[in-house]
Amino acid sequence: MPIKEDLHKVLVIGSGPIIIGQAAEFDYAGTQACRALKEEGIEVVLLNSNPATIMTDANIADHVYFEPITVETVNKIIAREKPDGIIANLGGQVGLNMALALDRAGILEKTGVPLLGMPLDAIARAEDREKFKETMQEIGEPIPESDIVHSVEEAIRFAEKIGYPVIVRPAYTLGGTGGGTAYDNEELQQIVVKGLKNSPINQALIERSVAGFKEIEFEVMRDANDNCITICSMENVDPVGIHTGDSIVVAPAQTLSDEEYQMLRASSLKIIRHLKIVGGCNVQYALDPFSKKYYVIEVNPRVSRSSALASKATGYPIARVTTKLAIGYMLDEIPNAVTGKTTACFEPAIDYVVLKVPRWPFDKFVFGDRKLGTQMKATGEVMAIDRSYEAAFLKSIRSLEIGLNGLRLPVLQEMKDEELRQRLEHADDERTFIIAEALSRGFSLDEIWEITRIDKYFLKKMKNIIDFARVLEEKELDYELLREAKKIGFSDFEIAAIKGQTEEEMRKLRKKAGILPTYKLVDTCAAEFDADTPYFYSCYEEENEAWHDPNTRKILVIGAGPIRIGQGVEFDYCSVHCVWALRDAGIKAIIVNNNPETVSTDFDTSDRLYFEPLVYEDVMNIIDEEQPEGVIIQFGGQTAINLAAALSRAGVKILGTSNDNIDRAEDRERFDLMVEKLGIPRPPGKTVFSVEEAVKAAEKIGYPVLLRPSYVLGGRAMEIVYNVDELRQYMQTAVNVNREHPVLVDKYLLGKEIEVDAVCDGKQVLIPGIMQHIERAGVHSGDSMAVFPAHDLSPAIRDKVVDYTLRLARELEVKGLINIQFVEFEDELYVLEVNPRSSRTVPFISKVTGIPLVKLGTEIMLGKSLEELAYKGGLQPEPDFYAIKVPVFSFSKLEQVDITLGPEMKSTGEVLGIDRSLKTAIYKGLLEAGVEISHKGTIVATIADKDKDEAIPILHELSQLGFKLVATEGTAMALRNNGIAVETVKKIKEGSPNIVDLIRQGKVDFVVNTLTHGRMPFTDGFQIRRAAVELNVPCLTSLDTLKVVKAVITEGEKTAAMEIMSLQEYVKMTGVQS
Amino acid sequence: MNGYLVLENGRYFRGKLLNDCRMAGGEVVFSTAMISYQDIITDPSYYGQIVVMTYPLVGNVGFNEKSFASRAAMVKGLVLREATDFPSHYEMETDLISFLNKSEIPVLTGVDTRALTRVIRHEGSMGGLIIDNLDDKEWMMEKARLAAEELQGDLVRFVSRKNIMKFGNGTKKIVLLDLGTKKGVIDSLVRRDCEVIAVPANTGAREILRLHPDGILVSDGPGDPGAIGYAIDTCRELLGKVALLGVGLGHQILALAMGASILRLPYGHRGSNHPVKNLENNRVYITTQNHGFSLEESSLSGTGIEVTMRSLNDGSIEGIRHQEMPVFSLQFDPEGYPGFSETGFFYDDFIRQIG
Repeated sequence: MPIKEDLHKVLVIGSGPIIIGQAAEFDYAGTQACRALKEEGIEVVLLNSNPATIMTDANIADHVYFEPITVETVNKIIAREKPDGIIANLGGQVGLNMALALDRAGILEKTGVPLLGMPLDAIARAEDREKFKETMQEIGEPIPESDIVHSVEEAIRFAEKIGYPVIVRPAYTLGGTGGGTAYDNEELQQIVVKGLKNSPINQALIERSVAGFKEIEFEVMRDANDNCITICSMENVDPVGIHTGDSIVVAPAQTLSDEEYQMLRASSLKIIRHLKIVGGCNVQYALDPFSKKYYVIEVNPRVSRSSALASKATGYPIARVTTKLAIGYMLDEIPNAVTGKTTACFEPAIDYVVLKVPRWPFDKFVFGDRKLGTQMKATGEVMAIDRSYEAAFLKSIRSLEIGLNGLRLPVLQEMKDEELRQRLEHADDERTFIIAEALSRGFSLDEIWEITRIDKYFLKKMKNIIDFARVLEEKELDYELLREAKKIGFSDFEIAAIKGQTEEEMRKLRKKAGILPTYKLVDTCAAEFDADTPYFYSCYEEENEAWHDPNTRKILVIGAGPIRIGQGVEFDYCSVHCVWALRDAGIKAIIVNNNPETVSTDFDTSDRLYFEPLVYEDVMNIIDEEQPEGVIIQFGGQTAINLAAALSRAGVKILGTSNDNIDRAEDRERFDLMVEKLGIPRPPGKTVFSVEEAVKAAEKIGYPVLLRPSYVLGGRAMEIVYNVDELRQYMQTAVNVNREHPVLVDKYLLGKEIEVDAVCDGKQVLIPGIMQHIERAGVHSGDSMAVFPAHDLSPAIRDKVVDYTLRLARELEVKGLINIQFVEFEDELYVLEVNPRSSRTVPFISKVTGIPLVKLGTEIMLGKSLEELAYKGGLQPEPDFYAIKVPVFSFSKLEQVDITLGPEMKSTGEVLGIDRSLKTAIYKGLLEAGVEISHKGTIVATIADKDKDEAIPILHELSQLGFKLVATEGTAMALRNNGIAVETVKKIKEGSPNIVDLIRQGKVDFVVNTLTHGRMPFTDGFQIRRAAVELNVPCLTSLDTLKVVKAVITEGEKTAAMEIMSLQEYVKMTGVQS
Repeated sequence: MNGYLVLENGRYFRGKLLNDCRMAGGEVVFSTAMISYQDIITDPSYYGQIVVMTYPLVGNVGFNEKSFASRAAMVKGLVLREATDFPSHYEMETDLISFLNKSEIPVLTGVDTRALTRVIRHEGSMGGLIIDNLDDKEWMMEKARLAAEELQGDLVRFVSRKNIMKFGNGTKKIVLLDLGTKKGVIDSLVRRDCEVIAVPANTGAREILRLHPDGILVSDGPGDPGAIGYAIDTCRELLGKVALLGVGLGHQILALAMGASILRLPYGHRGSNHPVKNLENNRVYITTQNHGFSLEESSLSGTGIEVTMRSLNDGSIEGIRHQEMPVFSLQFDPEGYPGFSETGFFYDDFIRQIG
């Protein structure tokens, strides 16, 4: 069947900001979808609030709406754009929930706009627990005994009937939010209260725990003609009990017999046929390791994290094909983009092993609860491909960028056997290394299996690695042994470490021996057909397939690796735009990355894709193989920057800003010299090498001071201290200060923070705009709300921002992008940080100004000047609208993490609010970020003494607006003294009902809590903040945020009738140059 | 110990010989199936072949008799990237290496099987020799060539049954002309209320008709269908007298009996992911295949043969039907893994046809 008639314009629902459980995979899916529609000549309307994505680019979708993903917005878009259909199954859970909400609100029926692809009934049956259960029973597919509950009492009654342990799964939540495993009544009660609150329909499923069963997933597809295919099977190395997003996953499944595989495959096809799914679908199973008994755990009738993985693992473009099916094609009518000869109606055969390993944020959240369970906690993941499990495993460890090259985690070597055994029992983020340590101490496979229930097949694979490390220790390293080590997957670095040599020496030896990696093709068909997908992975085999033309111009772009806090999808946006700019310039763009969720790892993004770890050895091997004329490191975040020095030393040409100038910006001493020379003020500060030096320095500079270790990523381990006690505590607990690892002590200037992204050709500097943060300096820039254009700067300061930017960029001879952070304090402008590379705000600023920063930066690296590119230098004219970047956090998924904002970054994503009115733009942004501001109700306030003077007038105004104020004693007294009506509530230690009880009872509309500083967790304030997060009550910890929220509330009714316009319309309004 | 696969064209691949078997020759073919190694090793259609598994990790769940496609190992040798050193499955009876050692079949591992597969894809299936040294390559190439040549004749006689056997007690009586069938075919029929009488490949038409079958199934099997004239003759005599279903080699035999001719595919179809389109309703089935021959398109005119199915990959003929007589046949195994296949309904169609 050809494409559906009368389909000229389609509305695609995006997934919104990145949070744990919903990461970059939906940018990959959405981008594929938009492109698949556009190539059919269909006009694409897109609703997505996430500015860091590629799909929200003006050239990917024709009409991009940065608006709250709500029924009202969709209704407005339908009225304005009159689309002929809506696609919702590529926008993750957000998209599916929206489809159901639109149906419930009667919008689909009223407007007559059809939902394309996935039928509503299929979504409802898969998503609603009760309907799901009925559906599975209809077709005789087994599911664990379970019951739907709406209250704690019901839950306990059922659990007592079927017996503990039981799993709690709240309905319609992302990544299992609010779920968990309960072993007794008390635990059950706790989890159910939270779960019901998290579920938008106040419903949870209580089910028999099948923990310890094998967890198997199938990615399947169906078209409207009932043709079904399996794309890939996947096996979770961790058995059922740990969320699949937190499990190591291997594709294809390794420990299934043919009969078991066929049994589950047949079951998954039966399910999608019965649900009449059109497009991709994910089915999860629990399989008894000792019988043929299995249970269906979950059906996701949409593109998902697993389907992104399956896509990258097989080369099969699931999102693209799902889109084509939605607009009317059948599977056998869609050509296979990989082979170009066969069709999309086949099952990929692979001839390698794929491993996915999660990346957790506990390097940032050191006090967070690291235990793994049914609530997903990973922010991102890496994927590795090789010809053996061992080699893929070792590659994935290198790809994680956690400072490890192998399986040994040094701190564990001190641990007692007993403790090790205990750590094995409760899985946490270090599980892999715990197992490795146990294996290397001689724990038997049986013993570890007994505790972890990880299949012995996988344990033996780990043991092979550990055993071989021992062989390397004991035997003389001849060429044969070296070859074997490389085949198993050992890095040069690790072999060298075992042999007491340097990585570079090992590399030399290996090359001398002619032991070089071979690159194999990912082709969906195990070499059965000719394919020319340019998608490669390395291995140590006989034949190299990465033939290339030595005479073409080639450039290697270094990607950004796994999504983590501080390094999100923004850098994939930048990498991809760089690749596209290179291709536009007629140069072959090669990209190396290891993140399966991204657009950059789509095989048709670049001319060549290498799926490899982003460490020196693996990147250098690609450079040796391809001989590119240069390497671009400006767009891959800190990951790529970290490679600069080593690549440069190896004689690789780094394009753009020189490595020496990068160092001048990064190295503290050299940076100080530079700004001094330029006469640009910076906050006074000193580098210290001991605790006592720090005390002295702080006294001289004056408190408060900002402390940070010399090498940081995303503000890690930074802190503001207000007195000597706090300083000593930080120096003794948070950092390990010594000669090699000094700590920086800087004056903390409590002023306005200002941020600039600019592009420079070495001479001319183009500043697309100035951003101003709502929260004052001290809150990490990634966690601040940023306003563009700056709304509150004097002309004098504005001129200084421009002047300093020009001078710094020229001084560093920047060729490409530069990001500078300033603070305005008492009418003086200070420079805080200079990053000669692409930043987190580049996608944001590029979109709202229409100036393609990455493309310009890339062209400049290729030798063009701004003038040649028809751009003028200097600050560009300001637009007639405001764009607000609002951070989004995933605190509800991370237990025991303090939500207070500070110099360490905590947000996982961001949204963009855009409007002609500043307040409306902020309101939209907050709404998109999930902060629901009520216009009346109860505010609970606990304000630190240092903040009281500032807080009282704001609270007064809120009180006058009709809010009821509730406060603990100190704050209440202060308010009363100022004549403000307030109700006093008990502190936690004063007994019940106290402030936390009040929040838990749902009697609070928002919480204002400012921090009594210090790194101490588990204080009253901490418990108040956590209670607010867990019950989804907005909690503001910065008075600056409170001020804008108050301003938005004052606007009241005006914001309710918000107008919407597409990004393209806003940008056109400004009429930017060229 | 070190081992090699020497191809008749002189290319050789280095690896390790994992068991005590030191030399074997055969036709080198590759299979892209990722899980069903037990089935492949014991499938009579692979008789005489050295099978290269493109999936690199083989033997993960060990071996057990219930997963056998026939009574014993049928392949001549196995070439792998890695044979699992630690299989793990509760049903495992023995491991891959021990089983093949007992069957005196060599396993060459550590081979760049992808490179080898690419050679076969480009140059076609050819003879090969698994051996423990490279001392006399000329001789080995000749030996490899001869090994492939030997497979040109009648292979069915090596794998067909010797005696007549009855399976099941169903109400429909099916005679199975056994050219090297798999257990799954018999299971699939018994499961559908059939009594199956399996007869040797050289059983004549009169003898078959004396059994009063409701229908006849001509099974799959190994090798060149042109070399088993006796089976073609038998089928020709049976045409029109009783309903016939052909599968795999049986499909080719029926086509020959109806006057079509066959050709050799460059490197065959072997794997469990082959899409086949039913031309009658545009439905596509993912099928398990292992064949090196196919029907010749141009030979069909005037034979009364109608093409019902085609491969989506290369357009080759995957299913036919006679316009008047009750004969239809399939190039693939409709049973897949018995009980779970989505093409098992072809057996239902057959049974419906015989009333």
